[in-house]
Amino acid sequence: MGGERLKIVLSLTPPLLIIITLFFGGIFYGFLQSLGYQPAIGKYELNFSAYYNVMFSERYAKLFWSGLALNLWVSFASTFLAAVFALFGALAIRKTFVGKTLCNFIYSLNLPMPHLVVAVGMIFVFSQSGLLARLAAQIGMISSPGDFPVLVRDKYGFGIILAYIWKEAAFFFIILMSVLQSLGENFEELAQSLGANRWQRFRYVILPLVMPNLFSASIIVFAFSFGAYEVPALLGVIYPQMLPVMAFEFFLNPDLNARSEGMALSIIIALIVMILVVFYFWLTQAKIRKD
Amino acid sequence: MNNNLKRINIYSIYLGALILILPLIAFFINAFSFRWFYPQVIPKELSLQAWVRLKLIPKPGQRTFEGFLDLWASNPTVIKALVNSLTIGILVTIVSIIIALPAARVLGLLNFRFKKLIIFIMVSPTILPPIAFVLGLNINFISIGFSGSFFGVCLVHLVPIMPYVVLTMTGIFANYNPDFEHQARTLGANKTTTFFQITLPAIAPGMVVAALFAFLVSWSQYLLTFLIGAGKVMTLPLLVFSTASSGNPALTAAISIIFIFPAILILVFTSKFVSGQSGATSGFGKI
Repeated sequence: MGGERLKIVLSLTPPLLIIITLFFGGIFYGFLQSLGYQPAIGKYELNFSAYYNVMFSERYAKLFWSGLALNLWVSFASTFLAAVFALFGALAIRKTFVGKTLCNFIYSLNLPMPHLVVAVGMIFVFSQSGLLARLAAQIGMISSPGDFPVLVRDKYGFGIILAYIWKEAAFFFIILMSVLQSLGENFEELAQSLGANRWQRFRYVILPLVMPNLFSASIIVFAFSFGAYEVPALLGVIYPQMLPVMAFEFFLNPDLNARSEGMALSIIIALIVMILVVFYFWLTQAKIRKD
Repeated sequence: MNNNLKRINIYSIYLGALILILPLIAFFINAFSFRWFYPQVIPKELSLQAWVRLKLIPKPGQRTFEGFLDLWASNPTVIKALVNSLTIGILVTIVSIIIALPAARVLGLLNFRFKKLIIFIMVSPTILPPIAFVLGLNINFISIGFSGSFFGVCLVHLVPIMPYVVLTMTGIFANYNPDFEHQARTLGANKTTTFFQITLPAIAPGMVVAALFAFLVSWSQYLLTFLIGAGKVMTLPLLVFSTASSGNPALTAAISIIFIFPAILILVFTSKFVSGQSGATSGFGKI
């Protein structure tokens, strides 16, 4: 058995080493710096003043809390809407019709698309001189670009939400399609023969069956959109600003004291995501025990 | 089902598909019409000027085979970024597969103590945001001299890729029967022959998919490359981002089209493998 144990240890060490030194090491060092440990400028004592500054000081408090609110709004709205659109798309597309393969392909097209490109695409389509504004001008709905609503680089995060919906709906779509495929139509036919109408079949048959997968995919999407940088950096405004962008700008600030605050922000982001994931696991475990 | 309802259903699918490809349409119009002024919907003239400005297509009159070769040999920024992105992507993919192979085999086939903990450690980078580790790592990398180097960028790309390759390949090994290896060994095959004749053919399809998506994750990495590369390692996503921020739509669109080309290619190639059941799909959330 000793040989087997050695084999296990040797096989697992290289990937674990990469994750532990680079990933956890990075987080740990970031955490140290957020506590004010900065040998480069001769600071060694540890305290929570960077966290206090970010959250409560007169200078940053407004920026932080508005950013947190924007973060929660963007992540919730985009996760929910992407899931809803994908659910309707997946349910509609199951039936056979002309061009099904092509539609299936288009609906999955955004899956491998980098977020960055989707964000640029949103600028091209939704900005005030974008494709939609031109179409609206063409049919006489608006007379100048200024009449078109501000949908990208807006203070409500609409552009960011649109980009995440575009991208993540494809992710939900693929997951839902495979769940629906593996279920087949037997359950629905059974429900129909028992007299269930379309809404009842959706509400009491399909929804409970796809919910576990939909929910775990939602966690991935929420966690990602909460901590991602590119999309809000391209489609956001200076105030209110999403937390990852704020953390990054603090970090790039030539003033080395701001660096601790940037680190503190990134640790706060990670903590919120972690609490969410733990809550999710607790929820699913509790449900499993109940069942 | 009611026929009218069916028709509405199908038309709404078509409409959804049309809305979804609007950005792609806008990319192509922008890239091939240098002056696409508001409120034109269809550009007045088509032009390759964006591509000429990026030094990807020679000026009119020089568009011969040699013309293209000469231009590309002058190493324009886009070509340089493209080569960097490709090199990093391919290198990181190969390394991650080699590292993941034994680990995935052990995780897929054996049961042992702390297995759950190890899987938990392994998957944590897929949940926690990259900004949480890269800021701290950046300072470390500066102090040991990895910052601004090609090597440092490759190393940091392994972090988002590793968990996902290990997970996908663990899934492959969970459905793999090692008895065939024993049979081959009993029949006199040595370890190397057994690996190449028995193991590899069995896991190859899944491995190819894992590799392609690992490549895509590296290919679309912006933040990690930007911070660890410290402006010295230019890749395509960095170029897209800076061009998009400086606001020339034609140039941005042209670079973006090059940038998304492999993504679409990989989707076409793998669409039959991609399903919610495979671990590969979860990696898409990170691109």
